[in-house]
Amino acid sequence: MGLFLAQLLTGLANAGALFMVASGLSLIFGVTRIVNFAHGSFYMLGAYVGYTLMQVLPGMVGFWGAILLAGIIVGLIGVIVEICVLRPVYSAPELFQLVATFGVILVIQDLTLMIWGAEDLLGPRAPGLKGVVRILDEPVPQYDLALIAITPFVAFALWYLISKTRVGILVRAATQDREMVGALGVNQSWLFTGVFFLGCALAGLGGAVQLPKGGADLLMDFNILTSVFVVVVIGGMGSLPGAYLAAVIISVLNVFGVSYMPQSTLVLMFVVMVVVLIFRPFGLFGKEEVAGEHGQVGEPERPIKPAGLRVRMLVLAGLVLLGLIPVLGSNFAEVLATDILIFCLFAASLHFMLGQGGLVSFGHAAFFGGGAYVAALLVTYADTPMELAMVLAPLGAGLAAVVIGWVCLRSTGVYFAMLTLAFAQLLWSLVFQWGDITGGDDGLVNIWPSAWASSNTVFFYLALVICVGGILLLRHAAHSPFGYALRAARDSARQAEAMGIHTKRIQWVAFAFAGAMAGIAGGLFVFSKGSVFPNELEIARSFDALIVVFLGGVKTLSGGWVGGASFEAVKDYLTRFEYWRLALGLLIIGVVILAPEGIVGSLRKLGERIGFLNAAEDKR
Amino acid sequence: MQRKTFLRGLIGAALLAGTSPAAFAQSGEPIKIGEINHYKRMAAFAEPYKKGIELALEEINAEGGVLGRPLEFIFRDDQGDPGEAIKIAEELMTRDGAVMLTGTILSNVGLAIASLAGEKKWVYLAAEPLADAVTWSAGNPYTFRLRASTYMQAAMLAEAAAKTDAVKYATIAPNYAYGKDAVAAFKEVLTKLKPDVEFVAEQWPALFKIDSGAEVQALERAKPDAIYNVTFGTDLAKFVRDGNTRGLFQGRTVYGLLSGEPEYLEPLGDEAPEGWVVTGYPWYDFNEDDGANKTFVDAYQDRWGETPKIGSLVGYMAAESIAAAIAKAGSTETEAIRAAFEGLPVETPVGQITYREIDNQATMGAFVGTTALQDGAGVMVDWTYLDGADYLPSDEEVKKLRPSE
Amino acid sequence: MSAVLTVEHLSRAFGAIKAVDDVSFSLEQGELLALIGPNGAGKSTCFNMLMGQLKPTGGLVRLNGEKITGLAPRQIWRKGVGRTFQITATYSSMTVVENVQMSLISHHRRIYSMLPYAHRLYRARALALLDTVGMADQADRHCAVLAYGDLKRLELAVALAHEPKLLLMDEPTAGMAPRERIALMQLTADIVRDQGVSCLFTEHDMDVVFAHAHRIMVLNRGQLIANGTVDEIRNNPQVQEVYLGGGMLFNPADGPAGTPERETGHA
Repeated sequence: MGLFLAQLLTGLANAGALFMVASGLSLIFGVTRIVNFAHGSFYMLGAYVGYTLMQVLPGMVGFWGAILLAGIIVGLIGVIVEICVLRPVYSAPELFQLVATFGVILVIQDLTLMIWGAEDLLGPRAPGLKGVVRILDEPVPQYDLALIAITPFVAFALWYLISKTRVGILVRAATQDREMVGALGVNQSWLFTGVFFLGCALAGLGGAVQLPKGGADLLMDFNILTSVFVVVVIGGMGSLPGAYLAAVIISVLNVFGVSYMPQSTLVLMFVVMVVVLIFRPFGLFGKEEVAGEHGQVGEPERPIKPAGLRVRMLVLAGLVLLGLIPVLGSNFAEVLATDILIFCLFAASLHFMLGQGGLVSFGHAAFFGGGAYVAALLVTYADTPMELAMVLAPLGAGLAAVVIGWVCLRSTGVYFAMLTLAFAQLLWSLVFQWGDITGGDDGLVNIWPSAWASSNTVFFYLALVICVGGILLLRHAAHSPFGYALRAARDSARQAEAMGIHTKRIQWVAFAFAGAMAGIAGGLFVFSKGSVFPNELEIARSFDALIVVFLGGVKTLSGGWVGGASFEAVKDYLTRFEYWRLALGLLIIGVVILAPEGIVGSLRKLGERIGFLNAAEDKR
Repeated sequence: MQRKTFLRGLIGAALLAGTSPAAFAQSGEPIKIGEINHYKRMAAFAEPYKKGIELALEEINAEGGVLGRPLEFIFRDDQGDPGEAIKIAEELMTRDGAVMLTGTILSNVGLAIASLAGEKKWVYLAAEPLADAVTWSAGNPYTFRLRASTYMQAAMLAEAAAKTDAVKYATIAPNYAYGKDAVAAFKEVLTKLKPDVEFVAEQWPALFKIDSGAEVQALERAKPDAIYNVTFGTDLAKFVRDGNTRGLFQGRTVYGLLSGEPEYLEPLGDEAPEGWVVTGYPWYDFNEDDGANKTFVDAYQDRWGETPKIGSLVGYMAAESIAAAIAKAGSTETEAIRAAFEGLPVETPVGQITYREIDNQATMGAFVGTTALQDGAGVMVDWTYLDGADYLPSDEEVKKLRPSE
Repeated sequence: MSAVLTVEHLSRAFGAIKAVDDVSFSLEQGELLALIGPNGAGKSTCFNMLMGQLKPTGGLVRLNGEKITGLAPRQIWRKGVGRTFQITATYSSMTVVENVQMSLISHHRRIYSMLPYAHRLYRARALALLDTVGMADQADRHCAVLAYGDLKRLELAVALAHEPKLLLMDEPTAGMAPRERIALMQLTADIVRDQGVSCLFTEHDMDVVFAHAHRIMVLNRGQLIANGTVDEIRNNPQVQEVYLGGGMLFNPADGPAGTPERETGHA
C-alpha cells in the first residue's frame, strides 16, 4: 500500500512539468492553430535560463524567483519568435507555420550550444527541499511534494485567467471562432502574440521547474516534444483540463509501467494515445476541428493541367543532364544524386497524399523505413535477391499503410496527423525492441545490391529510373480520375459523398498508395546504404519529408520532389560548417517568409510575371 | 577541410575543398584520414575526442609526419544518422582522397560504416563504438576497433562482482542495443564465475528519457543485494540523484559501466555516488609512476587548457594507431594498411596495445576502481588498469562469433 | 403517374426538440414540388434525412418503392437522387467543366481508375450539361473565381450528370439576385418538363415558389400543416397565419429572402 501510494505520488510529481509544457502547446494551438514544433526548444531554454539564474540568485527566494523569471524570459523570447517568424506567415496555407517552427528548433539548438556549451548541466537542488518525507514508510522526495502542490496552483491560475478575465474570454472566443474575434474589433495579432507569450512562458516554466529533478542538456527539446504532443492530443487540442488529466494519466501509467513492465518504456504512451483516439477521435476533452471547406486560408489552389510542351522539354533536358552525371561528375556526385533521388521519391509520395488528399501525416517514415526493413529482413533471413526484395518492399509498406490508414482515417486534421505519428512510433519501437529479429538499434547490415548493380554508377541509373518513374507515376495519378476523386474529397467531402464517392475509402487507397511509393524509396535506400537502422522510422525522418513538402509547395504538383532535391542539396553543403543548424534554420525561416507558397509556388509566380508561364485566371 | 564558423565558411566557400597548405608546408602532400562523427548531436563527447586527435596530429607532424608526409584528418559531421555517414564516407574516400576512415561514437553509425568498409574494401578504424557486433557478429576484415568493447568492460565489472557475497542482483540499462549487450555480458560472465547469483529485477528506461523516481522505486521493490548500472549521461545524473534521495544505494554495491568516465562523473559534481565499482578514466590520479599516462594528461592540459576526458584518450590513441599502421604499411594503399593493422602493436598512454589478428579488436583495456568524493567532485580511487586481452573470450569462441570468416 | 418518392411518418428529434415530426408525403414522376416554411421549420433537417446525411429517429423513405432510409448519401445518389446544396459545395481547385466531369466519372464508376487523364474523360458530355444550365462559355474557368449564382448553376449541372430520377434542391436560389432566381427556377422547371425528372425543393422566395411549383407543402415546427396546389396554399388560413405571424409576406418587395440559415445536421 505504501509503495503504491509512493508510486502514485511519483507519477503526480512527474505530471507537473509535463502539464505546464503541454498546456502551453495546447493554448497556442487552440488560439493560433499553429502546431508549434519548437515548443520543446522553449522548454529547453527554460531549463538553461533557469540554471543560469539559479547560479546568480541565492537562497530559497532566489530559486523560486529564478524559475519565475525563466518563464518570463522564455515567454519574451517566444514573443520575438512570434513577431519575427510567425506573424509574416499567418496567411499561409494551414500547417505551413510548422515549417517555420522547425527552423526555430534548429536555430535555438545551435544558439544554446554556443551560449551554454555542450556539457550536460546538472540542475541545482531546491533549497530547503532536499530531503525526503516518509509516507507509510516509503521515502518521497520533498521536492516531489512541492511539485504536486504547485501544479494545481498553476492550473488554477490558468483556469482563472482563461475563464474569469476579459483577456481569457477573448482567448476562449478565439479558440472557438477566430474570425468572430476579429470582427469584434479585437486586434487579433496582439492576441496571438499574447497567447504565444503565455504558451512559451509555460514551457519555460516547465523547463525550469524540472531542474531539481534533472538538469539541462541539448537533447531535451526533442526528448520532451513527443510526450507533450501525446499529452495534448490525448487531452484534446486546446483543452486545459484535458492537458492536465492526460499529463496525470501518462505520468502515472508510466510509473506503474516501469515497475511492472520494464520493457514498456518506449511504447506505453503511444499505445495509450492510439486507444484513446480510437474511442474518442478528438481526445478526451477535444472538439471536432472545424477545419472546413471554407476554412482554407491563402490563395485557392489552382486547377492542375498536365505540363505543357515547354515545361516538358525543360524536364527532359534536366533528366538528360541527370543522366550525364556519371560522365560529367565524380563518383561522389553519383552517390549524392542517388541519395537525393531516393529522398525525392519519398517526399513526392508524402506530397501526393498531403497535396492532393489534404492528409497531413506526421508519420510517413513508417513506410519509408518499413519498406527498407522489409527488404533488409528478406535479404538477411531468406537470402532474397535484390530484385525481388525491391518489389516486395513496397508491397510490405503498402500493406502496413492499409492497416495503419484504416485506423488513422477515423480521425481528421491534427488528430489524424498525431495518429500517424503514433503508429510510426509504434513501428519504430517494435523494430527497436525486437532485437533478435531486427537487430534493434544495431540494425541490419551487409545488405548490398546484386553484383550487376553494385557499382555506384549502375545503382545510380537504377535509382534514376525507379525514382523518376515513381515521381512521374505519382504525378500521373494526380491527373487520373483517382487523383481527381481524391482532390474532390479534400475540396468538398460533402459534395463528393453526394456524388457517390466514398471519401474515406478513396483516402484510404491514397494512403496505401503513398505508403507503397515510400516503400519503393525505402527499398532502394537500404541497398544504396548497405544497412538499415531504426533511424529510418524515426519522427525526425517523417519531419524531414514533411518539411520539404511544405518548403517545395503544397499547392503545386512538383512541390514534393523539388523541395526534397533543394533541401538535400543545401543540407549536404551546409553540414560542412560548424554551425550548420543555425544556418539551415535561418534559411528555412527565410524561405518560409519570402516564399509562403513554397519554392515551386513562388517560382511559378515569377515565371508568370516574366511571361514564361500563363498566369492564373484570377491574376489576369 | 578544417572546421569553420559559418561566416568564415561563406567567405571561403570557393576554397571549400582546399586544405590548409600553409600548416603543412614541410614535405609532400598530406596523408588524409576521413573522420566521421556526431559533432553536433553528441557534442559533449565528440569535442574532447577531436581535441585528442588534434593533439596527436600535432605531435606526429612535429616529428616529421608519417612516411615523410604530414598526417591530416578531415572532420565531418554526420548528425548521428547512419545513412548520412555512408554518404560522407563515400565522399571522403572517393572525392577528398582519404586513405582510410575512422570515427563515430554511436554504435549504429559505426556498424553502418563497418558494413560499407567491408563491401567497398576500405579500412575503417572504429575508435569509440562499443557494440560487440563491430568486431564479432558484423565483423569484417576491413574493420578494426580500438576501445574495449561492451563485453570486455562488462566482464571486468562482473569479475569484481563475483568476489563479493552479493547474490541478488538488479540491473538498470538504457533500452537499446548497448544496454542490452551490457546486461547480457554481465549476466553471462558473472553467472559463469558465480553460478548461484540471481537477477531479481531488470529495468529498461528509454535512453535519455529515464523516469528516475519510478525506476528507483522499482529497483527498491526487488530488494537486491547489488545493482548493475549501465545508464549514462543525463539518465545517470537523474538516477543517481533520485537513488541518493530515496536511499537506494545504502548498503548496496553498485557496479557502474562507464560511470567513472569524466564525461559522466564530472557533471554530477558533489552528488557523485560514493563506493560504486566502475570503469572509467582517473586522469587526476596519475603520477610519475604512470609514465605515458601522465605525459599524455599533461600534454593535453597544456595544449587545450582543460582536463582530458576518456574521449580525449581514445581520440589520441586512434590517431596514434593510424599513424603506426601507415608507417608499418609503408604505403597508403588500402590493402597495405589493412595488412599492417593485423597484429599491429601500438605504444599508447595506457601501454602497448595490439590489434588482434583473430578479430581485429585492439587489446586496449579499462581502468576499474571505486568512486569517492574528493573536494566536492567524484573521483575513482583504488583503481587498476586491466588489460583488455585478459577479458576476451577464447579464440574458438571468437571464431564462432565471426560468421563472415 | 407513379410515386417516385414516398415519405412515411418521417421524424427526427434532437433531444426533446422534434425538428421533424411525423411527416408523410409523396412525389410523383415529373412533379416539381416545393417545401416551404418559416426559418427553423425543419426543412433542412427533412432534406438531410432524405439525402442520408442525417439518420431519422423514425419513419421511412422509399425511392420507387425501395426503402432508402439509413443509406449513406453516396448510396442514395447511386440509386438516382441528385442534390444541390443550400451553401454551394463545389471543387474549388478544379475548373468548371472538371467539376461536371468528376460527377460523370463517378457516374461511370471510374473513380479508382489511374490510367486515363481525368480532364479528357466525358468532356463532351460535360460541356453539353454545362450548356443546359447556360454555363458552357465558362467551362474552363477556375471554379474558385465564379460568381455565386454561377456556382449554383454549376451545382445543378453536376447533379444532372448522374441522370437522376429525383432532384433534391435545398434553397436553390438562396443568395442570388432576383432576376437570377427566376432564371434558375425556370431552368429547373424546363429540365423537369423535358427530362421527366421529379424535383423537390425548399425555398424562401415565395415568388419563385408560386411561379413554378406544381404543388406546395408547408412545414411548421416540424409538422406538415398543408399540402396542396398553389391556389389551395395561397388561400389556406393556417398557412397565412404561420407566415403573417412569422412576419413574412407572400409577396415581399424586392430584396433577398433572408440570409441562408445554417445547415443543420451537417456537423
